[in-house]
Amino acid sequence: MSDNEGTKKPKKVLGTVHVDRDRCKGCAFCIEFCPTHALELDKGFNAKGYHPPVLARPDDCNGCDLCGLYCPDFSIFGVMTKVA
Amino acid sequence: MSDTATNPVNPYLRLERMPSIWCPGCGIGTSVNCFARALTQAKLDLKMTSIVSGIGCTGRVSGYMSLDSFHTTHGRAIPFATGLKLANPDLNVIVYSGEGDLMAIGGNHFIHAARRNMDLLVVCVNNFTYGMTGGQVSPTSPGGATYTTAPFGQFEEPFNLPHLADSCGAVYVSRWTTFHVRQLTKSMREAMTKKGFRFIEVISPCPTLYQRRNKLGDGLDAMKFYKESSVVKNGADTRDLNIGFQTPITVGNFVNRSRPSFIEAQNKRYTEVFGPSYKPYPEGPHGNGANA
Repeated sequence: MSDNEGTKKPKKVLGTVHVDRDRCKGCAFCIEFCPTHALELDKGFNAKGYHPPVLARPDDCNGCDLCGLYCPDFSIFGVMTKVA
Repeated sequence: MSDTATNPVNPYLRLERMPSIWCPGCGIGTSVNCFARALTQAKLDLKMTSIVSGIGCTGRVSGYMSLDSFHTTHGRAIPFATGLKLANPDLNVIVYSGEGDLMAIGGNHFIHAARRNMDLLVVCVNNFTYGMTGGQVSPTSPGGATYTTAPFGQFEEPFNLPHLADSCGAVYVSRWTTFHVRQLTKSMREAMTKKGFRFIEVISPCPTLYQRRNKLGDGLDAMKFYKESSVVKNGADTRDLNIGFQTPITVGNFVNRSRPSFIEAQNKRYTEVFGPSYKPYPEGPHGNGANA
């Protein structure tokens, strides 16, 4: 954000995702359909041997919760917080 | 990452049963996710909502939802739901099952519940095969696809489910794929607040059997295929909604009409015949024309 601070509007909401790593089965629906492409598969494994998603580009996440809507295993969801 | 926040669908799930039995890449969980969000948005009284499933992969949904639920015998989800609705008309009764359960062994129950306009919401997850028993030909299997029981290709004419529901008299008919999560949630929400026999078909990937046996990749490839080749056509003629093997899938809300439900028709007839001595049967939560 620091590079183009003059051209970009300041963000009104900040988004983030919460991942329950052990529920994930690594289907990658969330990564494929994330509108801002903020997610990636983790290099590490969870207890069942799948690669859960990880928020690779936190600045891009807007907390729209589309990942949460796609997740077949109820393991990820996005939240929006308003900037004070 | 602080994990103080909880998943918005957690209150609708029996968390002690998680993770589910569904394969990685299966779309049933996505449809359940949309269903849980639609329950929130429709503001249904969860104490007065019950879910009925038959047998199969999708039949497990009733076990994972923390509603009053009923896991019934194969194909008999709609008869159990009919009995549940008539015994307690105040309940919102939802049937959630697969196409093998609802349309093959339970096909007769389906057409007659639609004909009577029984006050049920039927969500049918269509993955073109029998998943739990090992990939046999199901009533919606597209021609040319290979199966355990059709190694040289399936040659029977498949069901066109929206046309079947429409012609039998359902008041709300729609079809979405698991790619169309927002539209599916909206359709489920609309259908929950309507009265009569409502039918939603959800096209879902089956990575372990349908995709693998036909060399179509995994669940993610199926979702990409739905994204590229589905055509949204709201209000389309339901006769044109056949699905072939890897042909474009027409999705949308096709039918939205109103027709007297079973209990309304019964009350009307008996009031005509018996006059004021007949005490009308209670019509349930959407009674008195308050349906959307």
